[in-house]
Amino acid sequence: MDLEALDIARWQFAITTVYHFLFVPITIGLSALVAGYQTAWLRTGNEQWLRMTKFLGKLFLINFALGVVTGIVQEFQFGMNWSDYSRFVGDIFGAPLAVEGLLAFFLESTFLGLWIFGWDRLPRAVHASCMWLVHLGTLFSAYFILAANSFMQHPVGYDYNPETGRAELTDFVAVLTNKVQMVTFPHVITATYMTAGAFVAGVALWHLVRGKGREGSEDRPMYRSTARVGAWVLLVAGLGVVITGDVQGKVMTEVQPMKMAAAEALYETEEPAAFSIFTIGTPDGTSEKFSVTIPNLLSFLATGELDGRVEGINPLREQYLATYGEDPGATYYTAGDYTPYIPLTYWSFRFMMGLGFVGMAGGLAVLWATRRGRAPTGARWTWVAVGLPLMPLFANSFGWIFTEIGRQPWAVFGLMTTEQAVSPTVSAGEVLTSLIVLTALYGVLAAVELKLMLTYIAKGADPYVEPQLRDDDNDPDRPLAFAY
Amino acid sequence: MELTTVWFCLIAVLWIGYFALEGFDFGVGMLLPVLGREERERRVLINTIGPVWDGNEVWVLVAGGATFAAFPEWYATLFSGFYLPLLLILVALIVRGVAFEYRAKRDDATWRARWDLAIFWGSLLPAVLWGVAFGNILRGVPIDSEMEYVGGFFNLLNPYALLGGLTTLTLFLTHGAMYVALKTDGPIRREARSLATRSGLAAALVAVVFLVWTQVDTGSVASGVLFVLAALALLAGVAAAGAAREGWAFLGTFVTIALAVAGLFAALFPDVMPTSLVDGTSLTTTNAAATAYTLKIMTGVAVVFTPIVLVYQGWTYWVFRKRISVHHIPEAVLAGER
Repeated sequence: MDLEALDIARWQFAITTVYHFLFVPITIGLSALVAGYQTAWLRTGNEQWLRMTKFLGKLFLINFALGVVTGIVQEFQFGMNWSDYSRFVGDIFGAPLAVEGLLAFFLESTFLGLWIFGWDRLPRAVHASCMWLVHLGTLFSAYFILAANSFMQHPVGYDYNPETGRAELTDFVAVLTNKVQMVTFPHVITATYMTAGAFVAGVALWHLVRGKGREGSEDRPMYRSTARVGAWVLLVAGLGVVITGDVQGKVMTEVQPMKMAAAEALYETEEPAAFSIFTIGTPDGTSEKFSVTIPNLLSFLATGELDGRVEGINPLREQYLATYGEDPGATYYTAGDYTPYIPLTYWSFRFMMGLGFVGMAGGLAVLWATRRGRAPTGARWTWVAVGLPLMPLFANSFGWIFTEIGRQPWAVFGLMTTEQAVSPTVSAGEVLTSLIVLTALYGVLAAVELKLMLTYIAKGADPYVEPQLRDDDNDPDRPLAFAY
Repeated sequence: MELTTVWFCLIAVLWIGYFALEGFDFGVGMLLPVLGREERERRVLINTIGPVWDGNEVWVLVAGGATFAAFPEWYATLFSGFYLPLLLILVALIVRGVAFEYRAKRDDATWRARWDLAIFWGSLLPAVLWGVAFGNILRGVPIDSEMEYVGGFFNLLNPYALLGGLTTLTLFLTHGAMYVALKTDGPIRREARSLATRSGLAAALVAVVFLVWTQVDTGSVASGVLFVLAALALLAGVAAAGAAREGWAFLGTFVTIALAVAGLFAALFPDVMPTSLVDGTSLTTTNAAATAYTLKIMTGVAVVFTPIVLVYQGWTYWVFRKRISVHHIPEAVLAGER
C-alpha cells in the first residue's frame, strides 16, 4: 500500500468534490427559481418576469456548464482512485449511481437542451415545463447521490459476505430511506435553495446600487422585487437548513458520536455540555485556551435536551477500540485511534453554521432595506451584494468538509477505512499527475467562469422580446431564437 | 437468461447508444476546422449538435454507473487500470463541454478560436481513446490473480488497440459528416456529403482490418455475423451518401456503429476483461458481477426507465429536426458583449 498515493488521492477527492459542489447548489436552486419566474410570466403575462427568466437563465447556464463537466470526474474517480472501495461496496454503492444517471442525468441534459434551444419551437407551457423537469432531474440526482453518501456515513441494508469479502446489498429500500439520508437530503436541498436565493438577491442588490437598477432607472422596481424574492427564498430556505441541520445533529450523535465529539473537540464526556463559539489555543486540550462558550448548547444540539449527556473523544476512542480493534486506520492514523483531524472538524463545523447565519442576516438586511417601496443606494451595499452569495456557497463547502473529515478514518463507517479504500495498483505518480492536471484545469475554468458570470451579471436583463413560435412553412429562413 | 448475461447485454446497449450518438457529435467537433471555414459555418456545425450533445454524453455516464452497479470488479479494474487514458478522456470531455456553452458568450475572435481548439481536440481525443480502450479490453491486458491491472501505461499502446482507435476515429468522423449532411443546407451540406463518402471508404478499410483481426483472435459465430452486417451497413451508408440520400446514409453509419459495437461485445462474452497473463484471472460476467439481488433491482429500474428515456430523447431529435444553414444563425447573440 502506497501511503503517498493515498494522501494525494484524498486531496484530489477533496478538491474535486468541493469544487463540483460550488456549482451544484446554484444548479439545483436556480433551476427552480428560473422555472418559477417563467411560470409566473406564463400565468400573468408580466414582462418583467420573462426578462428575469432569461437573465437568470443565462447565469444558470454559465454555472451549469461547469457543474456538468466536473460531475463526470466524480463518477470516474471512484474507480480510478478508490478501486478497492469500489470492489468492496460496488454492489450497494453502484446502484444509486446508475439509477442517478438513468433517472436524473438524462432528464436534466435532455430537457435543458430543449429549454435552451426551444424558445421558438415549443408551446410556452411545454417550454416552461422543460425547466421544471430539469429541476426535477437535479432533485433526483441529489437524492441518489446523497443516499450513496449516507450509506458511507451509516451503512444499512447490507450484509458482509465473508466468502466474497465484500458488503452486499440486501435491502435497497433501506439504503434509500436510511435515517441519515432522510435528514441529509432536506438539509442539502434547503441549502441549495438558500444558496440560489442569496445569489439572486446579491445580483439584484448589486444592480440596485451599482448597475441597471440605480435610482431613477426604469428597471429599479424590477430589481427591487427580485432582490426581495431572493432574500425571502434565502430566509425561508435558511430556516429549513437550520431545522433539518438540528435534526441531523441528533441523528449524527446517535450513529457517529465521534463526529459530534470532534465537532466540539470535547475530550471528556460532559453532562450538560457547552458549545464554544471559538477557541484560541490548541483544541486538543493540552494547552491553555481562551474560548467563548454557551452553556448547555452542545447538549441541546446533540440530544435535544439542555442537560443531555454528550460523549467525549477519549471514552469514545476506547469504545471504538473495543468494537473495531487495533487495525483499521493503523497506517494512516495512530493504531486504534478513531479520531478525525480535530482542528479541521472543529472549525469547519463553526464556519458552516457561522457563514449560514451571516447569510441569513444579510437576507434580513436586504428585506429591511427594501421595505415599503424603498430600495438601497449607498456604496456600502455593494459589499453586501458581493458578500451575500458567498456566505451560503462557502457554508456548503464547509458542511461537506465537516461531514467527510468528521467520518475519518472511515470511508464507510465501521466497515472500511479510507486507507483500505484506495486503488492498490495506481502509483503516486499517476495520482499526482491527475491531481495537478485537474487542479490546474479547474483553476483556469474557475477564472473563466467567474469573468463570464460577472460580465453577464453586469449586462443585466435584456429588453422584453415576445417569444414567438417558428413558422417553418411560411418563414423557413427566420433566424433561430437562440444559437450557440 | 442469467441476470449477469442480461446485464452484459444492457451494458453493451449503453455503449452502443453512446457511440452511435456521441459518435456523430465527436465527428462534428472534429470537422469544425475542416467544414467550418468561416465563423457562420462553424456556428452552423456547432448548432446542429447544440441541443443534443449533452444528452448523448449521458450515455457514457450511465454505462459507467451501470458497470459500477452490475459488475463492480470490472468497473474497479478498468478504471484504476486504464488510469491515464481515462484522465485524458476526462480532460477532453471537460474542455469540450465548457467550450460549447462558453464559445458564443464573448464577441472576441481569439476567445472563439481557443474554444474551437477545445472542441476539436476534445472530440478527437476521446474518439481515438475509446477505440484504444476497447481494443485493449478485447485483446486482454495483464490482470493478476487478484483482478488488479498490472500492465502500466505503455502496455496499452499496442498495434491492435491503436488500430481500434483509428477505427473509432474514422467511423465517428464519417458518422459526423453524415450527420452534418443530414442537418444542414447549402454548400456545407454538399461538402459534408462528399467528405463522408471519402472518409467512409477509409473507415471501411480500417474497420474491416480491425474487425477481421478481432474475429480471428477472439471471435464467435455471433460476432462474425454482426461484423459482416456492420461492414455491409457501412458500404450501404456510403453508397446512399453518394446517391445524396442523406437520411439513409446517416442511418447506415448509425447501424454500422451499433452492429460493430454489438459484435465486439459478442466477441468479448463471457469475459468482460480477459487477462493476458498465464497465471492471471480473467474478469467474466460471473466473477465480476454484483449479487443477484442488486441485479434484479437494477433490471426493474432499467426496464421501467430506459423506454421513457428513449421516448423523450427521441422527441428532442424530432423537435430539432429541421436543417440549419448560415442564414438561421442570429446576429443578436454576439452583440452587446463589450
